[in-house]
Amino acid sequence: MKLKGNAWKFGADIDTDAIIPARYLNTSEPSELAKHCMEDSKQPDFIRTMKKGDIIVADKNFGCGSSREHAPIAIKAAGVSCVVAKTFARIFYRNSFNMGLPIFECPEAVDGITQGDAIAVDAEKGIIKNLTTNKTYQAAAIPPFMQELIAAGGLMEWVKKKVA
Amino acid sequence: MPMTVTEKILAFHCGKKEVAPGELINAKVDVVLANDITAPISIKEFRKAGAKKVFDKTRIVLVPDHFTPNKDIQSAEQSKLLREFAKEHGLTNYFEVGRMGIEHALLPEQGLAVSGDVIVGADSHTCTYGGLGAFATGVGSTDVAAAMITGEIWFKVPESIKFVYYGKLRKWVSGKDLILHTIGDIGVDGALYKAMEFTGEVIDRMDMSGRLTMANMAIEAGGKNGIIAPDDTTREYESGRAKRRPKFYKSDKKAIYAAVREYDCSRLEPQVACPHLPENTKGVSELSHINIHQSVVGSCTNGRIEDLRIAAKVLKGRKVHPDVRMIIIPATQAIYKQAMKEGLFNIFIDAQAAVSTPTCGPCLGGHMGILAKGERSIATTNRNFVGRMGHPESEVYLANPAIAAASAVLGRIGSPEELK
Repeated sequence: MKLKGNAWKFGADIDTDAIIPARYLNTSEPSELAKHCMEDSKQPDFIRTMKKGDIIVADKNFGCGSSREHAPIAIKAAGVSCVVAKTFARIFYRNSFNMGLPIFECPEAVDGITQGDAIAVDAEKGIIKNLTTNKTYQAAAIPPFMQELIAAGGLMEWVKKKVA
Repeated sequence: MPMTVTEKILAFHCGKKEVAPGELINAKVDVVLANDITAPISIKEFRKAGAKKVFDKTRIVLVPDHFTPNKDIQSAEQSKLLREFAKEHGLTNYFEVGRMGIEHALLPEQGLAVSGDVIVGADSHTCTYGGLGAFATGVGSTDVAAAMITGEIWFKVPESIKFVYYGKLRKWVSGKDLILHTIGDIGVDGALYKAMEFTGEVIDRMDMSGRLTMANMAIEAGGKNGIIAPDDTTREYESGRAKRRPKFYKSDKKAIYAAVREYDCSRLEPQVACPHLPENTKGVSELSHINIHQSVVGSCTNGRIEDLRIAAKVLKGRKVHPDVRMIIIPATQAIYKQAMKEGLFNIFIDAQAAVSTPTCGPCLGGHMGILAKGERSIATTNRNFVGRMGHPESEVYLANPAIAAASAVLGRIGSPEELK
């Protein structure tokens, strides 16, 4: 899978309340959640100005806080192609794999990307290319079991095969 | 091989003699939990997978607690989904309004979470049950859907960090202050992916309420779980309450830890976490210039009877400051009844505080105490992120119940020692 878009830079410890505020959690409809994606972050206009395929690039501990799967759902439904961060909070990391939002851990890429840079990502190889600066970065390898989940088509498909 | 308490519980649940950090396991779960925000997605995924029945109708707990009693039509629709799913599958542990409580206060109280369990919940504060010596961790809705079907979940066995608390706590200092101080020390990702094991003489002397508070906020340091090895205090708490037989595990003396952190608590003053991260902790005495508009005592962190007693002790014979709204939320129906029986509500109402039926409510900015732009609340809750309790330009300061109550009277952040 080749992903391509412009970078939106966010800081450290972006919490799930910034990604999708709890006041909108009276629904789990992806298109409704997407309307409020990153609304309480430092870039509240994100959803109105981002383009389909754009990439969120964030510092450490992205997605900390709540276990709400609504957070990766909102990001994916907004049209964000992937998230690159220095590190991810544990539950967000797990949720993203489960519901199919590509995420990459790569501190060097985060430091080497500025807002608006054109980015291309080879999802299988974890290669992140900054087309604006012409620099290439290698994301941390996806753990083998996670790769198995992805190959199966997500957690529920993997479970279906197991119980079948 | 010596093991930690976390490793022992996980080893038992995957049928192995031993496990080591980093190892990938498939563990049997004792309880699977979800609430009115997270269960709707789990139910959707459950149906999408074509599942016909849950693995065990006595081990799935559904608690509509976040936006209940339902605040609007959409949240009512979400609760309805849970209700119908519970009926359809004959779930024995669905807790309706009037019979419920905030999930993480309710499960220990009802003896549904016991020592030695593996518990997963689609709520990040599921880690609370570590206070009983269970391995409990928050996961997403899809993970819960899978666990509802299979009764299992995959984990990477976490490394453990050992926290040792020495000394004798000063007056008004509690489990909340220790965990806030610890998060302030290691940061909001200081225990990322790791087990936080709380030990030491202070923990040995701590009541179950304080232990549950500490384990509850392990997630605020990024932890996978928080855990306290069960002891006589645990035994006493679970006696007559546990619905299944508790199993006591403790760490081996030679167990391996990723790190050990020690704290001398004798001089620790009550802690307050300033906006907008739980790691921004300061001693209460440094914040006496901060005026407040609201004070909340409640939540899965500090809404137990012991917390209400402390608030009542501070509020007795006093009045909430004219510029402050104080909201007190007993975490479960049983706590509500007990507080009423002990006369705590008289104290609260005479002090001009509002008392609410159990709900997560304002803790996550749901309802029952939302802040306007520029407003500031002190709260016994667990998160102070931007917009957590309302407007993105409002602020939340996290503290223990004594500080929240004293601040409500003072109209600014302060301690009971400052009250006349």
